Amino acid sequence: MINLQAIKVIYKYEMLRAWHTLLQTIASPVISTSLYFVVFGAAIGSRIEEIDGVSYGVFIVPGLVMLSLLTQSISNASFGIFFPKFNGTIYEVMSAPISFVEIVVGYVGAAASKSLILGTIILITANLFVDLDIAHPFVMVLFLVLTCISFALFGFIIGLWATNFEKLQLIPMLVITPLVFLGGSFYSVSMLPPVWQTVTLFNPVLYLISGFRWSFFEVADVSVGVSLAMICLFLGVCLVLVWWMFKTGYRLKQ
Amino acid sequence: MQKSLVNINALSKVYDSGHQALNAVDLEIREGEILALLGPNGAGKTTLISIICGLVSATGGSVSVAGHDIVTEYRFTRNLIGLVPQELTLGAFDTVWNTVNFSRGLFGKKANPAYLEQLLKDLSLWDKKDSELRELSGGMKRRVLIAKALSHEPRILFLDEPTAGVDVELRKDMWKMVRRLNDSGVTIILTTHYIEEAEEIADRVGIINDGELLLVDDKQCLMQKLGKKTLRIELKQAIDRIPDALGAYNLEPSEDGSQLTYTYDPDVERTGITALLQSLNEVGISLKDLQTSESSLEEIFVRLVNSR
Repeated sequence: MINLQAIKVIYKYEMLRAWHTLLQTIASPVISTSLYFVVFGAAIGSRIEEIDGVSYGVFIVPGLVMLSLLTQSISNASFGIFFPKFNGTIYEVMSAPISFVEIVVGYVGAAASKSLILGTIILITANLFVDLDIAHPFVMVLFLVLTCISFALFGFIIGLWATNFEKLQLIPMLVITPLVFLGGSFYSVSMLPPVWQTVTLFNPVLYLISGFRWSFFEVADVSVGVSLAMICLFLGVCLVLVWWMFKTGYRLKQ
Repeated sequence: MQKSLVNINALSKVYDSGHQALNAVDLEIREGEILALLGPNGAGKTTLISIICGLVSATGGSVSVAGHDIVTEYRFTRNLIGLVPQELTLGAFDTVWNTVNFSRGLFGKKANPAYLEQLLKDLSLWDKKDSELRELSGGMKRRVLIAKALSHEPRILFLDEPTAGVDVELRKDMWKMVRRLNDSGVTIILTTHYIEEAEEIADRVGIINDGELLLVDDKQCLMQKLGKKTLRIELKQAIDRIPDALGAYNLEPSEDGSQLTYTYDPDVERTGITALLQSLNEVGISLKDLQTSESSLEEIFVRLVNSR
């Protein structure tokens, strides 16, 4: 028997938390995205030639959405589990008749939902600045959903792992942000010198952005099939990690 | 004889640090009782509770609640249990009403506003239902924790040090509340390092020290088994030595010889008090005052812990 009620209250609680910090959750990513559009799209972008037949202002949209999606999925999910752990209220979840799977579904589900809403808002915002045509809407939604879930899971893992606020910020700051910037958010990999093109292939975020961009413009750095496979692989790794953490009671149970 | 509700068998816990918090503890908790687990800080009380509630994994032994194992059938057993932790662990921005509803949902119970309303009223929290948790005083936070623990209508309530750092008045309130809950049929296990508390509200007392359960017994039996009474006799004139005629009474004189102390068992037919008073009269010692006192759980406890 599944404790649906418990999943529901955790999910609702997490969604409500976003509602209380609405400005931080929604307004700040929207504002920063708008700033990117003004700076890169309008100011600098007008002096950059088209990339693969797509004007620069439009070209960066998928990358910008991914940038917000990744950072927000991670921070949402990591804070969601880190706080109860930090202030001790996690005792209640641990002593309730809930399985680990249900806990993950509640917390990660809520974080992923929030990112999904956010991604949609950013796309709408982008549409105000540039004309967006989405060539493969279903593939785009698939990438959105898979990315939200995978990185919310990843954030959940960070939240479990982190023992203090510094560690909580460490990976998003030092790993994710550089990977996103260097993963082709603002440029096509083909614009890089050959050596760096090869190096970039080791950046997992490249595959995400490339696949996501393909769903808009049918141009990509790597084939969309490879992109899909990579995101599924990442999701799989996160699932295995979470499963291991709960099985061993990592950082939750002594 | 009450039915047993929780059965703890040879329960052991060794933490990763190598610290042995529990050492083969056997304990049976009976339906409807108030059991106090008494012991100094670090004795293993919280570890014991945490294992039963699912916060800590045992390294040996087993626990069953109403016949169901706490590990393999955790969904069943945890439904029966409510836990009030020692620390005031509450979120800051939730309201009282939201947090008790959250707790109820976590335990898989359908929303029941009428029950929760009554619960908050019983705990004098109803007028605070829309307050944010950070606005509440320490005593009220404690009550919110109790409300959360009771939100899913458990049959067993664990209270971990419910009155640690609580002032006298609040402590008495807490005791009243515990008794009321117990009257409504909830089995209560509380840990404390205040002997007064165990003495005041428990039906049975278990004494834990260094991870071992030294003994568990009805409070009255414990007092009788270990509780001696003493009679202090103040004399009009100090004496140098106890007259031989009084040798059989094993009297202990005070240093200045102005007082004698007689220890006796209050539960036997003949305490020897009448005879002693007669003998005193016969040897010509005149008395100024008499005073009897009972050994408290504290003395019993000190004796037990020291004897090991």
